[in-house]
Amino acid sequence: MSSAQSSTMTWHDWLASETPTSRVQALSSRVYQSIGAVTANPAAFTGLIIISILILIAMFAGVITHGVSPYAQILAERLAAPSTTHWFGTDELGRDIFARIVYGARVTLTIVLLVSILVAPIGLAVGTLAGYLGGWVDIVLMRVTDVFLAFPRLVLALAFAAALGPGIENAVIAISLTAWPPYARMARAETIAIKNSDFISAVVLQGASTARILFRHIVPLCISSLIIRLTLDMAGIILTAAGLGFLGLGAQPPAAEWGAMVASGRNVILDQWWVATIPGFAIFIVSLGFNFLGDGLRDVFDPKKS
Amino acid sequence: MSEAPLIEVEDLNVTFPGRGGATKAVRNISFALGRERLGIVGESGSGKSTTGRALLGLIPAPGIVTAKQMHFKGQSLAGLNDRQWQEMRGQHISMVMQDPKYSLNPVIKIGHQIQETYLLHQKTSKEDARQRALMMLEAVKIRDPEAVYHLYPHQLSGGMGQRAMIAMMLIAEPELLIADEPTSALDVTVQNEVLRILDDLVTDRGMGLIFISHNLTIVSSFCDRVLVMYGGRIVEECKASELHRAKHPYTQALIKAAPLLNHPVKTLSVVVRDVEWSR
Amino acid sequence: MIEVRGLSVTFKNKGRAVKAVQNASFHVAEGEIFGIVGESGSGKSTLLKAIAGLIEPSPRSLLIEGQEMGVKRSKADRKLMQFVFQDPYGSLHPRQTVDDILREPLIIHGIVDIDTEVSKALADVGLQPLHRYRYPHQLSGGQRQRVAIARALILKPRILLLDEPTSALDVSIQAEILNLISNLRLTYQLTSILVSHDLAVVAHLCSRIAVMRLGEIVEILNVEDLRNHKATQHYTSELLAASVGYSRTA
Repeated sequence: MSSAQSSTMTWHDWLASETPTSRVQALSSRVYQSIGAVTANPAAFTGLIIISILILIAMFAGVITHGVSPYAQILAERLAAPSTTHWFGTDELGRDIFARIVYGARVTLTIVLLVSILVAPIGLAVGTLAGYLGGWVDIVLMRVTDVFLAFPRLVLALAFAAALGPGIENAVIAISLTAWPPYARMARAETIAIKNSDFISAVVLQGASTARILFRHIVPLCISSLIIRLTLDMAGIILTAAGLGFLGLGAQPPAAEWGAMVASGRNVILDQWWVATIPGFAIFIVSLGFNFLGDGLRDVFDPKKS
Repeated sequence: MSEAPLIEVEDLNVTFPGRGGATKAVRNISFALGRERLGIVGESGSGKSTTGRALLGLIPAPGIVTAKQMHFKGQSLAGLNDRQWQEMRGQHISMVMQDPKYSLNPVIKIGHQIQETYLLHQKTSKEDARQRALMMLEAVKIRDPEAVYHLYPHQLSGGMGQRAMIAMMLIAEPELLIADEPTSALDVTVQNEVLRILDDLVTDRGMGLIFISHNLTIVSSFCDRVLVMYGGRIVEECKASELHRAKHPYTQALIKAAPLLNHPVKTLSVVVRDVEWSR
Repeated sequence: MIEVRGLSVTFKNKGRAVKAVQNASFHVAEGEIFGIVGESGSGKSTLLKAIAGLIEPSPRSLLIEGQEMGVKRSKADRKLMQFVFQDPYGSLHPRQTVDDILREPLIIHGIVDIDTEVSKALADVGLQPLHRYRYPHQLSGGQRQRVAIARALILKPRILLLDEPTSALDVSIQAEILNLISNLRLTYQLTSILVSHDLAVVAHLCSRIAVMRLGEIVEILNVEDLRNHKATQHYTSELLAASVGYSRTA
């Protein structure tokens, strides 16, 4: 028995304990069990791996590309086929596609992050408030939600691009503005189901303020399904962002954005297939990764199952 | 009239394999049932419901049922396949569950659900099945069968729903009815009526009844014979009328733990569990 | 201590007003435990929730220590009165540990020395320190109900409202919880109202009992009268007969 082995055993025991002795242990053991459940689910695990790889690629882009810049144009080598020097070939300006794909991961992650930061809190706030307070607050908030839901996403993005100029930030804002309403509806439905339960009545009777009830007791119960939904939607969001890039309304040249890269390869798709296909493939893999993770998370955490 | 008993069970075991080792829900129980009212009492986790489900082949996977002998009228229930079980369940053995809300299909009219069960097992015309369904509703003391026939489950009160459920279970004239807490979701004043319906069925049709309940008062006043279960085992078997003279310390403690209207006590006695009981 | 004068509760359902409680009147003296018994739909739980301040009672129908109360109450008024719910599975937040659950009322009321109070509350209801950091799903039904009682008592209320506190529990666990309630009532000199469908449970703890049916109080009688079957109303006699068990002729 090596000491390392016995120490990992005790870590496991500590984390899997049915009788935690401190708040820290209780919390860590819940996190541990959740991670265990996610990694035991094949779909979720595959998704998790894909997204982890995406994050690693984005973080170490410089190292992975050996310092090859995604913007360096070598016109002599334009539209070169995949080879040992250019793994994925080069585009019409002689830029290394491999480097652009790697740096493109950063753009994709930025979109994912920005959309999550905007969509989840807005949806959660509107939904829980409407659901908990009910009455005219509910009516007003839900009508506003309906209005936003009625905007066609691409048309709104076009309008934004026209008004504020094209760019990745404006594309994200346009996507977020049309993406939050379903989250608000979901949070509202969950809040309505939760608000009449006895454990909420118990805190009401203790004299808790409305804000405290919402943030400490209702929001934590809505978050898990929100995250699942967000993960599942993420593929669609990435595709929309890529679509906007393709239309020239998202990331602007020379930024390495996968959607814009597909667009730039459009003219040469028959002769130089790799220019459009490889970024398209990257979009496909990452979307698939988020879908897998979302599905897996739903299987593991769906409140209706447990 | 000496007939083979309806049910003969010897050494029945139900095991649920789990991550932390197997859980033995029912352990080595044996009993026989004639055309009588047999009560099975016990607290939650005692294995009383699992026993009932095992007799109907309704133990969900990965649960494992083993028995030295499990016979219904001399026929072994051990090796039945799904189709044979289905036949057995409709025609010979039926089950009434605790809450009619979960056992009736919410989007099908009561009458249709009842006659559907009949058509499943009997080759007969729709009209005949309809007549029979109405007859059954009348048999369970529903005052206006024609009206109830056309209602949906949510339009019925708890007591009415439970009666409709019993009607559905009895339309194929089973010889054995397993009732799992059939009155626990009902008000006390309705409870008595439902019990009387079950009582009549046993007395008039010679049906066998296994009555599963946690309520000692009801079981001792309603059944002929009682099995007391604890930790998956039968710890006591006695005549229902003699339950108050029970010998096993668990049964005695259970009786003493319930507050009684006519015998006020300052402090209720608490069941002190002995590991020996579940050995 | 608690005075109910012609209390009614009306629910609006699709534009139609449904009276769940009609014109209920009784009073509960300091230190007394008052029982309300009735079948489902009798309005007994609704009445208790109106007293607790979860449901709006009719105006000027509820006085607590001589003070009129409705559904909007100050923190101090909330602290005066606590509630134990019927379902020990639904009354504890599923994502909070026992410690979180017991801490919450102390934080809301700005009580210092939270750690000592929590351990004392656990000891009061017969739970071990090892239960403190468990989640509700790791506890049995009886243990959960003990947590719910500890949560109700941690603010040191003077009034404890009990809504079918044992109907979801096994008989042996019911005995433990009923004993616990009766001991704690003495220790903390609590005034209580106990609602139950079970006559024997109500009779075990209460001195005076109101029988409710279809939203109205049918009669209020002493526990001795109830035990001796000296009910004046037919409905009460019916309940009494049914509680003895099954009889062919009844």
